[in-house]
Amino acid sequence: MIRVQGLTKRYGPVVALEEVSFEIGRGEVVGFLGPNGAGKTTTMKILTGYLYPDRGGAEVAGHSVLREPLAVKRQIGYLPENTPLYAEMRVDHYLDFAGAVRGMPRGERRGAIERVAGTCALEGVLKKAVGELSRGYRQRVGLAQALLHDPPILVLDEPTSGLDPNQIVEIRGLIARLGREKTILLSTHILPEVRDTCRRVLILHRGRIVADGSPESLAAGEAGEVALFVTLRGANGAQALLASLPGVRGVDPLGKEDGRERFRVLVPSGEAVEERIFDATVARGWKLLELRRETKTLEDVFRRLTTEG
Amino acid sequence: MRRALVLARRELRAYFDSPIAYIFLVVFLALSSYFFFFQIQGFFFVGQATMRIYFEILPYLLLLVVPALTMRLWAEERRAGTEELLLTFPLRPLEVVAGKFLAAFALVALTLLLSLPLAFTVASLGPLDWGPVVGGLLGGALLGASYLAFGMFVSSLTRNQIVAFILTLVGLLVLVTVGSTLVLARAPSALAPFLEAVDLESHFKAIARGVPDLRDLFFYLSFIGFFLYLNAAALAWRRWR
Repeated sequence: MIRVQGLTKRYGPVVALEEVSFEIGRGEVVGFLGPNGAGKTTTMKILTGYLYPDRGGAEVAGHSVLREPLAVKRQIGYLPENTPLYAEMRVDHYLDFAGAVRGMPRGERRGAIERVAGTCALEGVLKKAVGELSRGYRQRVGLAQALLHDPPILVLDEPTSGLDPNQIVEIRGLIARLGREKTILLSTHILPEVRDTCRRVLILHRGRIVADGSPESLAAGEAGEVALFVTLRGANGAQALLASLPGVRGVDPLGKEDGRERFRVLVPSGEAVEERIFDATVARGWKLLELRRETKTLEDVFRRLTTEG
Repeated sequence: MRRALVLARRELRAYFDSPIAYIFLVVFLALSSYFFFFQIQGFFFVGQATMRIYFEILPYLLLLVVPALTMRLWAEERRAGTEELLLTFPLRPLEVVAGKFLAAFALVALTLLLSLPLAFTVASLGPLDWGPVVGGLLGGALLGASYLAFGMFVSSLTRNQIVAFILTLVGLLVLVTVGSTLVLARAPSALAPFLEAVDLESHFKAIARGVPDLRDLFFYLSFIGFFLYLNAAALAWRRWR
């Protein structure tokens, strides 16, 4: 549904995007992660036709954002960063305006407003001015606007920023429900959000994509390596033994205390090296006190990928 | 263009949902009436049933109030971030520009129509020649529309409303005076026909005499079209920035 190729964008001397390429298939819910200024918003602005790239291009539903911007814009529902809205307008007038601008006939608009008001729980505030609404409601009005024409693709720039925890849970639930039938690209810097709503994560750092995969596979380590913590008692020459086992890529001694010795053992993520370690230590009569996999979180991966170089 | 009308309707409603429209109307009508009746050589001094004085002031009155209207047209959208909404709706840049222009023009046209009671007052005092009144209003509408098109373009170039106001005011002042005798007397004579042709006020005067010439109409329409087109181009150009 979305194909991005070699996207490059500079703001003066600042490089916002550098040769970014990715593809998003129909029905995927993709989380766009990255620190502030990593290029998430710029990518979304290019996809929605608000900015043009310096180099490279993007296709949305088979249409080029540069050559057929109108066709692209018809396929997308867009929630820009900070949810800009016309504050003086009433919610229903605003939604009606958004529908009319998209060329929906009056009858269709009425039905659509009813539908999105239901989806986004806006029934109670339709007659209120947008400017009077709380942050959470404003966000939902923005989302309702993006959903009004029932687009196959949603681009949501930080849909939960500035919301309180209850509102965040609500919006997340809504996105998860929408994700069953739509292709969604959403940006955030809240990591649990990605785990809950997205089946795929793209991590951007300094205008480049540094990771691409499911939240689980990223957490498991993109090098395909897992660390095991092993603690033994009464062991002599344990380090050499561990290193000699098939599959072990490295052994770091972590220290000795009261006759206990602790190691960090690097193994390929797919192999069950734990069994070999167990058998080998038991065969020598050593006491195995600890044998567990290091649990890496998405947070660790994110921090590592976006702080170095 | 139907979508431009949708935009124009929203925009016009926003004018009337805020104090802008009312202040614009009141200030314009108050100033025009004041100058019409009470300036040194005003209506009571002349002692004739004529609107001539009103239409002599009109270009300068519009010159003052139109930049105040146009300075915020793009700056405000940018400040509120709604420009991003507008430009990610499936609209052509020219449709967006036309929509905003039409709304502002509707407000100016309404203001001019609201000065009709002035004409009725004058007509009740003596025999009024309606030709110049109709011509003056038509010319005023075209002149106002030209100011709007120019001011809107300037506002699309800057984020700062004050800068937009001053640049528009100065630019229009130049365009209104380049054909005056004061300027022509000092300019190289080879330039004179050109300067006279681009002078915004001279065409207005011709129309306001009550005999509209197609060339004058054409001048205003192409001036308006030119700046609306430039405005759309400026919007597209900003996407590359």
